[in-house]
Amino acid sequence: MKIKVLVAKPGLDGHDRGAKVVAMALRDAGMEVIYTGLRQSPESIVKAALQEDVDVVGLSILSGAHMKICSKVLQLMKDSGIGNKPIFVGGIIPAEDAEELRRAGIFEVFGPGTSLKSIAEKIEETVKK
Amino acid sequence: MRFMEPKIDQLRVSKVLSIIENDTEEARRIIDELPQRDYFVIGVTGSPGAGKSSLTDRLACMSADEKSTAVVAIDPSSPFTGGAFLGDRIRMRRATDDPEIFVRSMASRGNVGGLSPSIYNTVELLGRSGYERIYVETVGAGQSETDIVNLADIVILVLAPGLGDDVQTMKAGIMEIGDIFVVNKSDLPGSDQLFSRTRAILELSGKQLPVVRTNSIKGNGIEELHKKIGAILEDHVDSGRLSEKRRKRNLYNNLNSAYQIIKEHYAENAKLEELIKYLLENIGRESK
Repeated sequence: MKIKVLVAKPGLDGHDRGAKVVAMALRDAGMEVIYTGLRQSPESIVKAALQEDVDVVGLSILSGAHMKICSKVLQLMKDSGIGNKPIFVGGIIPAEDAEELRRAGIFEVFGPGTSLKSIAEKIEETVKK
Repeated sequence: MRFMEPKIDQLRVSKVLSIIENDTEEARRIIDELPQRDYFVIGVTGSPGAGKSSLTDRLACMSADEKSTAVVAIDPSSPFTGGAFLGDRIRMRRATDDPEIFVRSMASRGNVGGLSPSIYNTVELLGRSGYERIYVETVGAGQSETDIVNLADIVILVLAPGLGDDVQTMKAGIMEIGDIFVVNKSDLPGSDQLFSRTRAILELSGKQLPVVRTNSIKGNGIEELHKKIGAILEDHVDSGRLSEKRRKRNLYNNLNSAYQIIKEHYAENAKLEELIKYLLENIGRESK
């Protein structure tokens, strides 16, 4: 069965290179990637996750608003009835924030320098479990 | 914006669509349990970058004012890795923000006709779930991706300037399947020429089909297009062409499902698979 991943870029900045690179790497790893592009609200991200029935949600955040955005997305995911889909976050996230995000329910945080291969492997491993 | 309180249970529909994509036998069981309903399938096809997604976005929002509306947007799977990059939602900001419109992306998963293997059952499920207008956007079509004609009640062929001279529009294949021709990106240079060329070619082939100019970014021409679609569908209802299309769609669905079930469960039996594939490719050929 194909793994379906939503790659979304919340926040108001225009730095979508990272999200695109990861989306293409996951495509090359054989996954079906739904890419929603820049400036997505938490509402539209969760709506996309619901309509596309993805296995995993990936958020790329470089604006510094990761705590606020992630808690909103987590809350909306819960309210929507989608269930416990693993959420991955990539971007510029300070280590102590990353720890807090994991505690709050974010599955994994990938910082700069993470290899694309390890992201794909982590997703595969998580979905197949 | 209202959030997640649409009339139709999108979460349920979404989960069932995943079953449909992966298990055709189970898909047929689920669909058979739901009551049949009337729905229209509007196909949108054309070259990559012609503006299919933006146009579909506009049209879907317009029909959502009157009817419950769903969109299925297909993008290609890689023949090398099986992966796919599905990017149609980016161009569908209006439709994806509308709480009532259901938008689903699908990968073509090896289908070469511009659709995806489970598209027939997908559309049937959406129809039986209560969606009355279902837009299907094909993969960016080259010249021979014409399967949409078997699925849709009406096919909108989207053209844009800058993609070749009039010899391209005379070639066999995709230019033969449009019920409405759209010259999109009407603000770009070359649009006037493309418009008159398209009309001239249609005239040459003796077809009296509408050609509409649109600009899907600004919204020009969309209302006219939407009205023309409505008029043609009404016409099809009156002339009986619609029930003929539905009968055919059903036939294709049954055959296609049989083919999928064989592929999913009996892949080692290659001869049977070939037979079904042959039937699928040749059915209804004489009547086209």
